[in-house]
Amino acid sequence: MNQTVEQVDRYIRQRYKAGFYTDIESDRVPAGLNEEIIAMISAKKEEPEWLLEWRLKAFHHWQTMVGPNWAMLKLPAIDFQKIHYYAAPKQQDRPKSLDEVDPKLLETFDKLGVPLHERARLAGVAVDAVFDSVSVGTTFQKELAEAGVIFCSFSEAVKDHPELVREYLGSVVPYTDNYFAALNSAVFSDGSFVYIPENTRCPMELSTYFRINARDTGQFERTLIIAEPGSEVSYLEGCTAPMRDENQLHAAVVELVARKQARIKYSTVQNWYPGDENGKGGIYNFVTKRGDCREDDARISWTQVETGSAITWKYPSCILRGDRSAGEFYSVALTHNHQQADTGTKMIHLGKNTTSKIISKGISAGKSNNSYRGLVRVARRADNARNYTQCDSLLIGKTCGAHTFPYIESANPTATIEHEATTSRVGEDQLFYCRSRGLDEENAVAMIVDGFCKEVFKELPMEFAVEAKALLEISLEGAVG
Amino acid sequence: MLKITNLHVAVDDKPILKGLNLEVAAGELHAIMGPNGSGKSTLGYALAGRDGYEITSGAVDFEGRDLADMEPEERAAAGLFLAFQYPVEIPGVNNAYFLRAALNAQRAARGEPEVDSMAFLKAVRESLKALKMDESLLKRAVNEGFSGGEKKRNEIVQMAVLKPKLAILDETDSGLDIDALKLVAEGINRLRDPARSFVVITHYQRLLEYLEPDRVHVLSDGQIVESGGRELAERLESEGYAFLESDAVEV
Repeated sequence: MNQTVEQVDRYIRQRYKAGFYTDIESDRVPAGLNEEIIAMISAKKEEPEWLLEWRLKAFHHWQTMVGPNWAMLKLPAIDFQKIHYYAAPKQQDRPKSLDEVDPKLLETFDKLGVPLHERARLAGVAVDAVFDSVSVGTTFQKELAEAGVIFCSFSEAVKDHPELVREYLGSVVPYTDNYFAALNSAVFSDGSFVYIPENTRCPMELSTYFRINARDTGQFERTLIIAEPGSEVSYLEGCTAPMRDENQLHAAVVELVARKQARIKYSTVQNWYPGDENGKGGIYNFVTKRGDCREDDARISWTQVETGSAITWKYPSCILRGDRSAGEFYSVALTHNHQQADTGTKMIHLGKNTTSKIISKGISAGKSNNSYRGLVRVARRADNARNYTQCDSLLIGKTCGAHTFPYIESANPTATIEHEATTSRVGEDQLFYCRSRGLDEENAVAMIVDGFCKEVFKELPMEFAVEAKALLEISLEGAVG
Repeated sequence: MLKITNLHVAVDDKPILKGLNLEVAAGELHAIMGPNGSGKSTLGYALAGRDGYEITSGAVDFEGRDLADMEPEERAAAGLFLAFQYPVEIPGVNNAYFLRAALNAQRAARGEPEVDSMAFLKAVRESLKALKMDESLLKRAVNEGFSGGEKKRNEIVQMAVLKPKLAILDETDSGLDIDALKLVAEGINRLRDPARSFVVITHYQRLLEYLEPDRVHVLSDGQIVESGGRELAERLESEGYAFLESDAVEV
């Protein structure tokens, strides 16, 4: 009997390779959400007065709000008083270099395939590693500093570059924006901060790896990327969590600011624990991501591959304020078993001759539900705005659902808005064709799905495209037959 | 190579093949002709193992193994190939990648090492050239946006690269112009080998003019009602399938 349980357990663990837990002493604030807790978090991070005030304002606003109920999701009630809003691995002082970081933490990131120590670092990719509520280290900081690029944890940015943080924090996603953004603004812990100076092309890919480890905690990170005029940066985030029976909340806010002619490319490979095949456990991924093309000719591109989380509620958006600014959204969202996803984008055309492109690929398997929700809004003064939306859904099996909710609001008659949508099933004829050539069913499905996602994968940086493809294959195991 | 004994196949509980017998020895090429609805494509699908083509009785022996016990991919690895009447499109999947993955899957199942990339590419290029297909097809998605003729020729390219022991060609000639038909026939003839057999399913004898069938069989209402040499195909061509009605009584 026990042996069977073990086998099953091992099998499930194989599928979710990041499901392990690091046994490390952690310093947590008590569970609960109130002004004292927020003050405690702020004090732990030695924050300036203005930031605590901002947090408290956000908290008071949050108290007046109710959670969103418009998404195509079954949202269980969340007891916000049961969550620990801050958990950090215990250590004496803030480590001055990676040599001082607890080897257990380094080992954890090694195991996740994100080595931080000098010798094994990913070539050409600088990494900020966030473990529960704190950043444990950022690689290549010196090399980046030589180019004038600032890449550090959010906490460090508050200490070392308070003027930048103060100017831009909440300038794209104000704390009043929505329920989870308000919550994040009140309790956010760590995240990454990126600043690219004028006319600078960031010399390497930047990436942040988010890891939830501690029990009963949430992760509330905040990322802020500022691209000065004429600058360019490509940023990637990855995320995983241990397998647990309880649900854990992840409510992040990401703000991007692209100034004149600046380009920001933001890619996500999201692999939070999705829960088991009966829908038990998993991360609630309620995230607000928004980019502001603040000046003319700015360009922001979002690419996301979402395979994890029990529930995903996420709409990376672009505000196309500058004339001729451009926004792009490329998404692959895969749901399996009992996962739910309601994801898409918002493209807000404010400037003249602005363009946006949306390519969304939703894949549903098992008993999951997958919705695309997207808004294209053209303001009155946004002459000649153009949008192209392509929204494809692929169904595997007969017990899953795919839904598309496109919203188009145009106040300018010169706008051109195109929307194409398809829904298809992985065809029995396609499967048979592949199998008759020698591919087994799982490989055949993986290949068909990979082909379906190709337009999005090609937007990812090379190494991550490979990872994303592998991830999709693992996530689809057992989807047929 | 292949021995089919009293094969009964039903689709959606409807009997289609009703006691079909066929024996194909190594190196032989057999043609199966017959009117629409006689069960030609069902035979191809049943041999390749398509879901829903249920063998209700009878036996299919392929090189000493019972096909009924094998998954489609196992049949492929054992050396069985079906050229589809309507090749399927797989959007976004690169043609060369698909073929290499298929070949490697078969090789892995047989305990053979992966194919050498250079050797693979060379073999594919040669086949493409022989079938007068543009190399750019390699970079395109499997059958996506291919013309009808390109799809059929692509099946022959796949066959040439996968080198099956037994190839079943299901109306590969339909919809081809005379030049393409000759290319396909040449493609088949190039692969003729004492160790390789072919079952060519066709509606017309046109293709058979360019092949040298060892036997021609006429399929009607789920059974083989007549077998003979090439002259049988010619007779069908001149007299049509109508003569079956009268002949069938005599058989």
